[in-house]
Amino acid sequence: MSVATTTARDTVRIATGKSRERSTGSLVFLGLLWFSLFFGVMVLVVLIADTAIAGAGRFDPALVTRYDSTLFPERTGFRAGILGSLWLMLFTALMAVPLGIAAAVYLEEFADSRRWYNRIIEVNLQNLAAVPSIVYGLLAVAVMALIGIERKGIVLGGAIALALLILPVIIITTREAVRAVPEEIRQGSLALGATTWQTTWRQVLPSAVPGIATGTILGLSRAIGEAAPLLMLGLASSVRFDPEGLMSPITALPIQIYGLSSNSQEAFQDAASAAIIVLLVMILGMNALAIFIRNKFQRSW
Amino acid sequence: MKETFDMASATSSDTFPQMGSLSEVHIDAERRLPESPVNPVMEARDLNVFYGDFHAVHDVNLSYGRHEITAMIGPSGCGKSTVLRCLNRMNDLVTGARVEGEVLYHGQDIYQKGVDPIAVRTHIGMVFQKPNPFPKSIYDNIAYGPRVTGMKVDNMDDLVEEALRGAALWDEVKDKLKQSAYGLSGGQQQRLCIARTIATKPDVILMDEPCSALDPIATARVEDLMLELRNQYTIIVVTHNMQQAARVSDRTAFFTARPDETTGNRTGLLVEFDLTSTIFSNPHDKRTEDYISGRFG
Repeated sequence: MSVATTTARDTVRIATGKSRERSTGSLVFLGLLWFSLFFGVMVLVVLIADTAIAGAGRFDPALVTRYDSTLFPERTGFRAGILGSLWLMLFTALMAVPLGIAAAVYLEEFADSRRWYNRIIEVNLQNLAAVPSIVYGLLAVAVMALIGIERKGIVLGGAIALALLILPVIIITTREAVRAVPEEIRQGSLALGATTWQTTWRQVLPSAVPGIATGTILGLSRAIGEAAPLLMLGLASSVRFDPEGLMSPITALPIQIYGLSSNSQEAFQDAASAAIIVLLVMILGMNALAIFIRNKFQRSW
Repeated sequence: MKETFDMASATSSDTFPQMGSLSEVHIDAERRLPESPVNPVMEARDLNVFYGDFHAVHDVNLSYGRHEITAMIGPSGCGKSTVLRCLNRMNDLVTGARVEGEVLYHGQDIYQKGVDPIAVRTHIGMVFQKPNPFPKSIYDNIAYGPRVTGMKVDNMDDLVEEALRGAALWDEVKDKLKQSAYGLSGGQQQRLCIARTIATKPDVILMDEPCSALDPIATARVEDLMLELRNQYTIIVVTHNMQQAARVSDRTAFFTARPDETTGNRTGLLVEFDLTSTIFSNPHDKRTEDYISGRFG
């Protein structure tokens, strides 16, 4: 058989006019995939749109500048909740970030991974990240009792709970960022006579900062939406003054939303919807910042 | 002859394509050196290295002469890099690594109890296989070593210039000292790493296949630099490339790997150590001859 006839026959065989990629079975399967995607995204979109429509009437300055009001439901505001959440984030970060980075650096740069206690810590870090947030609330209540502070619903307690909550997240992401720094950089530094400490402080951590910042912000954006641990600590849903310090009683945005959504007056429910949108905007803003930092400072080795 | 030689060195990317057979290799006839190093700067005595249960290097005895370039050559897995990393205690960083025997630096065993590996490394610098500049400016790359070791520096600018001139890099980078070292080419990065090492004013410079990631032109520049640095430093270089050893080194140590009869693990050992001219023209050991003539390896 000559080469020419072989080629000709092959041409005929491949030009069948229909594609097996478009068989009924494939199309049904493809349709199912589309439906799954559509269903997941649609539910979310409908939910957010519904909330936004319900709260649309309340997108006014009073929503963020005024305290909550039981006498004028249509003019109630979330000033205390927004400020409370911001204060909580600030002190959560102050507590969780140094601790988390230090723990991660120890595990990556100093710990001997062959030791049983270091291995136990490693395994349990993953478990800690999966612990329900309300448990951290309980833990913070215990800590507050231990250090002898009886006041309920204050910044310190909430920040301790949220810091404990996001600590595993920060440790895990920091470890990943530290691990991404090439071994050659460490060796180069050590070969010049630098100590492990100098190498960590001057080479590894500066290179890992973008990753650490991203992880921290993502952790905080998880914490800002939490209500359960704060309820355990007795945060009030109605506070009519700005937070003034660590011992100042506060409320938080999720707590206020929780409190208002169970109210029977429609005006309060609309206000809650509007507050949900405010909370979502805050979280999306933080996530956007995280993505921005990651893209801007990401280093390719 | 030529073909077999190329095959032997095909594993290494820094083979000089224009280099032919050994007879063409230029050996510096001007340098007359004693048969064995007198007052060696460094010495390995009965050096054995283990990684866990794996016996990586067996009974190595070597001495490294002052202001000489000593090359360590041999096939992959023969333990030459392991020996090099013992000389400034970089093997300490490998978990499970254990060193037996002595490594003498001016007569002092650097593995003796009480010796600080950090202090050892300030005297014995190292240049790695892959250029590894820090993600900092060219200036800060050089200044890093003197800063972390707490060296007394009158004028850091002068020290940076001196180090860059010493590494034959000054003219190429003098206008962009504040720019990132990552903007340099591979060969420039490797010379920057050499400059970074000499900025801390070491006594010995260890080089672990310093040209294997470089193209032939960059390789030639680094080799020229090595010959120049020999006047001030003692250089110990591991190379895959036999022509490189022949071109730059004063003495050559040939290593090979011997499979263990029971486990099959390959243990590295020193076969022959002599003047480079002798190793390449008149080796005493059959294994050395087979390796350098390309019959093995």
